[in-house]
Amino acid sequence: MSSLVKLIGLGAVALFAAICANLARDPAYMANALIVMLVAGGLFLWTLRRVDEPLAVVNPREYMDDVVRYGVVATVLWGIVGFLVGVVIAFQLAFPALNFSDLTQGYLNFGKLRPLHTSAVIFAFGGNALIATSFYVVQRTSAARLWGGNAAWFVFWGYNLFIVLAATGYILGATQSKEYAEPEWYVDLWLTVVWLTYLAVFLGTIIKRREPHIYVANWFYLAFIVTIAMLHVVNNLSMPVSIWGSKSVQVFSGVQDAMVQWWYGHNAVGFFLTAGFLGMMYYFIPKQAERPVYSYKLSIIHFWALIFLYIWAGPHHLHYTALPEWAATLGMVFSIMLWMPSWGGMINGLMTLSGAWDKLRTDPILRMMVVAVGFYGMATFEGPMMSIKSVNSLSHYTDWTIGHVHSGALGWNGMITFGAIYYLTPRLWGRERLYSLGLVSWHFWLATIGIVLYASAMWVTGIMEGLMWREVDQNGYLVNAFADTVAAKFPMYVVRGLGGVLYLAGAIIMAWNLWATVARQPRAVSSTIAVPAE
Amino acid sequence: METYSFLRTLADSWALLALTLVFVGMVVFVFRPGGRRIHRDAAESIFRHETRPAEPDPDQDPDQAPDDKETR
Repeated sequence: MSSLVKLIGLGAVALFAAICANLARDPAYMANALIVMLVAGGLFLWTLRRVDEPLAVVNPREYMDDVVRYGVVATVLWGIVGFLVGVVIAFQLAFPALNFSDLTQGYLNFGKLRPLHTSAVIFAFGGNALIATSFYVVQRTSAARLWGGNAAWFVFWGYNLFIVLAATGYILGATQSKEYAEPEWYVDLWLTVVWLTYLAVFLGTIIKRREPHIYVANWFYLAFIVTIAMLHVVNNLSMPVSIWGSKSVQVFSGVQDAMVQWWYGHNAVGFFLTAGFLGMMYYFIPKQAERPVYSYKLSIIHFWALIFLYIWAGPHHLHYTALPEWAATLGMVFSIMLWMPSWGGMINGLMTLSGAWDKLRTDPILRMMVVAVGFYGMATFEGPMMSIKSVNSLSHYTDWTIGHVHSGALGWNGMITFGAIYYLTPRLWGRERLYSLGLVSWHFWLATIGIVLYASAMWVTGIMEGLMWREVDQNGYLVNAFADTVAAKFPMYVVRGLGGVLYLAGAIIMAWNLWATVARQPRAVSSTIAVPAE
Repeated sequence: METYSFLRTLADSWALLALTLVFVGMVVFVFRPGGRRIHRDAAESIFRHETRPAEPDPDQDPDQAPDDKETR
C-alpha cells in the first residue's frame, strides 16, 4: 500500500517535472527540471521493482550507520571536487586565459565557477560532513538509533540533490546574487523541506535518548540546524517571476536586503562553519585523545556565549555603507566580544590533551585536529580584528578577506573534518586501523603548508592592495589605477594557487588512503558494525 | 518610522537587559553546587554506548521513547 502511494507520488513528480522542463523559460530551470524528472523517474522504477519484496528487517538494537557511511563517501568526493574547482579559479585569477572564454562561451568563467567552488566546499563538503558526523555523534551520545527510519536517507539524498540542482543552476545562470545563498527559489524550497526533516530526525533522536544529559556536541549541532533553518528561510524570501522560470525577486530591498543578507551570511559562518564544526570538535577530539573534554562547564559557557553573541555580528560586513552607523558599531562590538567565547572554546579543545600531549608525536590524526583548533583560534582572532572599522577600511574588498576566510575554512573546517573522517572510516567499515598513518602525515603536512602559502600570500596581496587603493599624491590624486593593483598581485596569486594545489594533493592522498583502508584490509572480527543481533 | 524607533529603543533597553540577565543567569547556573558530578558524568558519556544503543527497559515498550532521565 505504501509503495502504491510512493509510486503515484513519484510518477506525479516526474510528470510535473517534465511539464516544467517543457515550459521552462530559461536553461537553468530546464536543466533542473530534467534532473528532477530523471531522479523521480529513477526512484519510480526502483520502487516498482521492489513492490512485492519483503521489507528489510531493521534491528533497533543497532545504530543506523549506513547513512553515515554514505555521508563520509560524499564528503570526500565533494571535498575533492570543491578543492579542484578552487584550484582552477585560483589559477584563472592569475592567468585569465584559463577562463577559456571563447571555447566555453563564458559558461566556465571565474564568475560562474566561483559560487560553484564556495557552495561545493561549504555546503557539499562541509554540509555532508556535518550531516554524517551529527548522525554518528547523536546516536552514540544518545545511546539510541536514529529516529524516523528512512527519513535519515531522505535527508542525505535530498541534501545532495539540492547540491546538484544548485551547481547546475549556477553554471547555466540561475543565481539570486546573494553570496552563499545563490540558489534560486525552488531549490531553496527543496532545501527547506530537507532541512526540516533533518531537524526532525536529529531532535527525534535526542528526545528518545537513553542518556540523562544531552552531550554538548549535540547542543552545537542542534543550534546549527535550527539557526540555519531560520537564516535560510528569512534570507530567501522572494517572489518568483514565473513558476516556469528560475528568476525571482527579493522581498526586501536596498539596505534592508543587504542587512538581511549579511545577517544570513555571517551566521552561516557562525552556525554552519563554527557551531556545527564545534560539535565535531567536542566529540572527536575527546574520543581520539581518549580523555573527556577539559572542562565541561567551559563548554556550556562556550556554547551559550557563542549563541548569544554571534547572531549580532553580521553588520560588520557593511561598514561605511548605507547601513545606520549604530548598526555597524553594534556588529563591530559584538564581533570583538565574540573573541572571548571563541578562545574559551579553543582552550577547551587544546587543554583536552593536557596530560596526553605525547600523543601528538605518534598520532597524526590528533595532530590534524589540534591544528584545526589552532586555526579556529587564529581565525577567530583575525575576524574580530578585521571587524574593527578602521582595520576594515583597509581590509574590506581586498584579498585579506579571502585569506581570512580560507585560514578558517581550510585550517579549521577542513582539518577538523579530515580528522573526523580518519577517525570514522575504520570504525564505520569495521577495519582495525587506517591503511597508512604515514599517508595521514603526508596529508597533514601538505595541507598545513598549503594553508600557510595561501594565507600568507593573501595577507601580503590584501594589505598591499588596500594600501595601493588609498595611496594619494601631494595633490590628492589617487596614485594607482585598479589595473595596477591587479598587476602587482600576480606573484601572490601564483603562490596562492600553489597552496591550493598542495591542499588538493593532500585530499587526494586522503581519498586513496581511505579507499585502501576499506578495500585492502580484511574486516576486523570485533567491528563496531558487525555486532550480532541478539 | 515609528515602528523603527520603537523597536530600536526596545532593543537597546529592555531586550538588552533581558538577554544579559538570561546569559548571566546561565553562567551562574553552570557553577551551581552539585553540578560537578553531573558535568563529569556528561563529559564521560561519550565513552559509553560506542557500538550499540542502550538496552530498552524491560517494563517499557521498546518502540516508545523511554523516559528514564530520572532513573538512570
